[in-house]
Amino acid sequence: MHNVPKGAETHFKVVVVSEQFEGLALLKRHRLVNDILKEELQNGVHALSIVAKTPQQWESSDKVVESSPNCRGGFGK
Amino acid sequence: MKGVPDAPRCGFSNAVVQIMRMHAVPYESCDVLADENIRQGIKEYSNWPTIPQVFINGEFVGGCDIMLQMHQSGELVEELKKVGIKSALLTAEEAKKENSK
Repeated sequence: MHNVPKGAETHFKVVVVSEQFEGLALLKRHRLVNDILKEELQNGVHALSIVAKTPQQWESSDKVVESSPNCRGGFGK
Repeated sequence: MKGVPDAPRCGFSNAVVQIMRMHAVPYESCDVLADENIRQGIKEYSNWPTIPQVFINGEFVGGCDIMLQMHQSGELVEELKKVGIKSALLTAEEAKKENSK
């Protein structure tokens, strides 16, 4: 991706659409996803971007997931 | 954040800095790359696995994704209002309305 070996899998983006998000603030939604990925986040996943929507929100959205910012990897440091 | 506002060393940190700039929010930053204890400690403190982390009046708000979405939905302007900060975007909007009268 940038400052990591070719093929390295350390930067991820997850899109989750779930009824469980109904009535939950963004922070709580993201915490749910973070909890599930706890182990991965402690073991090598360096960046995680999360999109968390309810089925209704997903249906009414344009269903396009924008790309995340480039990590910049500490400018080679 | 990673790096400092003038030279962010991570795209996610940079995105948050740009949002702050757009709203002209006064803020303090801390470079977690300068101190490994802070880098790990802040994750435990907020129970949040990634950097950057944004706090408004000491309350954890979220990371880059949440800030971006709050910015896009207009929620950020409201949150800032609650703590007595008037977003520059709001000021600009009001000026526009005033001019079109």
